[in-house]
Amino acid sequence: MPFDATDIGLSILKIAIVLFMMLNITPIMVWVERRGSALIQDRPGPNRVGPFGLFQSFADALKFILKEDIVPAGAHKWLYTLAPAVGLFPALTTIAVVPWGRDFRLPEKVWFGHRFFEGRPLFEPVIANVNAGILVVFALASLAVYGIVIAGWSSNNKYSLFGGIRASAQMISYELSLTLAAVSVLLVAGSLRLTDVVWEQTKYFVLFDTIKIPAWNVFSPAMWIAFIVFSVSAFAETNRLPFDFAEAEAELVAGYHTEYSSMKFALFFMAEYMAMGTMSALVVTLFLGGWDIPWYNEPPTWQGFVLSALFFLVKVSVLLFVFVWVRWTIPRLKYDLLMKIGWKVFLPLAILNIVIVAAFIAAGWL
Amino acid sequence: MTYSYLPILILLFVAAVLGAVFLSLNWILGRHQRNPSKLSPYESGVPLLDENRKRVNVRFYQIAMLFILFDIEAAFLYPWAVIYRSMISWYLFGEMLLFILLLGVGYVYVWKKRAFDWK
Repeated sequence: MPFDATDIGLSILKIAIVLFMMLNITPIMVWVERRGSALIQDRPGPNRVGPFGLFQSFADALKFILKEDIVPAGAHKWLYTLAPAVGLFPALTTIAVVPWGRDFRLPEKVWFGHRFFEGRPLFEPVIANVNAGILVVFALASLAVYGIVIAGWSSNNKYSLFGGIRASAQMISYELSLTLAAVSVLLVAGSLRLTDVVWEQTKYFVLFDTIKIPAWNVFSPAMWIAFIVFSVSAFAETNRLPFDFAEAEAELVAGYHTEYSSMKFALFFMAEYMAMGTMSALVVTLFLGGWDIPWYNEPPTWQGFVLSALFFLVKVSVLLFVFVWVRWTIPRLKYDLLMKIGWKVFLPLAILNIVIVAAFIAAGWL
Repeated sequence: MTYSYLPILILLFVAAVLGAVFLSLNWILGRHQRNPSKLSPYESGVPLLDENRKRVNVRFYQIAMLFILFDIEAAFLYPWAVIYRSMISWYLFGEMLLFILLLGVGYVYVWKKRAFDWK
């Protein structure tokens, strides 16, 4: 497939759309988080700036930029400055291979006397539909550790150091369960491409020859273990409560970003919420059918694309709310318990699930 | 084939630029009024009495080593998982089972050595 001007234009359009969503996820999720926690704890929450306090986060963002940019004495100047950018980098790019809608053929158009979309090229709503698919996700997502470790080490503060070290140990432990839980999905799809994974889930399971259940991987009899392992590991990967040992404000002040202020702190904050968004999108794609609308055949036109993209957004939003809900409901674990669960429960469970799924496929049940 | 990675490259570039833009915006627009106490490391308002870069428990190092071992195993499982559906047979299943059993021996050994316990 040659790469021509149309392809480049479409890629840039897609990147712009995704970046817009990812950059807006932070202010919106901060608002949801604060209002949600207020709802759960029976207090008003931010309600002064704009309707329902909606503009509060945007005011905060402006304030972050205008604050003083401090590099504390004794900190490694270059690494200290670089760390927030390194943290933001994987958070922004991991989403690249996740499909967010049904593909469709673009109609031929004439704009300003030029003919566009000759031969009706396929519009795939995914930034890069590469055959390595999920490997790209894990390759980029694992870079997130570097931002945290560099920040923790370069700050010249013991709270930062311990926050960074703890977070890295936690993230690599749960990354194992995450990668192994994804293997079961790949077994069923037979491909690393996330678009193939979603297409596999648009089919149906038929129960007793009458009841049609969408073939989402959660509903698969062999795969719900992987779903649980993957979602819990997603919480640990994004350093969210009940696994937020990177911060653990009761013990470590603020963890790895204790010494950070102004926009540098905001970048870590953005990275956390973007990682949440990416993880939700990943859980939706791997287990909850991606953009698939159950019991509905999306037409291969732009209407089908819009509908499926909206439905994808709804699913991701629900999961994002679950992130907030869990944070304000479940208390933090003890650190030794966290490592124990990761290595002694989730790792064997993920491997066991691979064996189960493989046996199901070999027996011809899946 | 390789062309399909081009958008990822563009995205990586955009992400790097975005990080740089945010940081420099803050540098340009933020105030610049420094004083020694503002720049001192955070220590709950008192002067720092011991050193900041402390020794770290060796367990973290252990975890990192274990991670590499088990991550390599995950890397071995990926290609197997991709072709499994198209070349399906109980033979292929048995091969994977053997691999996981071998791995399980190591896993049990590490467990018995109490590498997963934080005491």
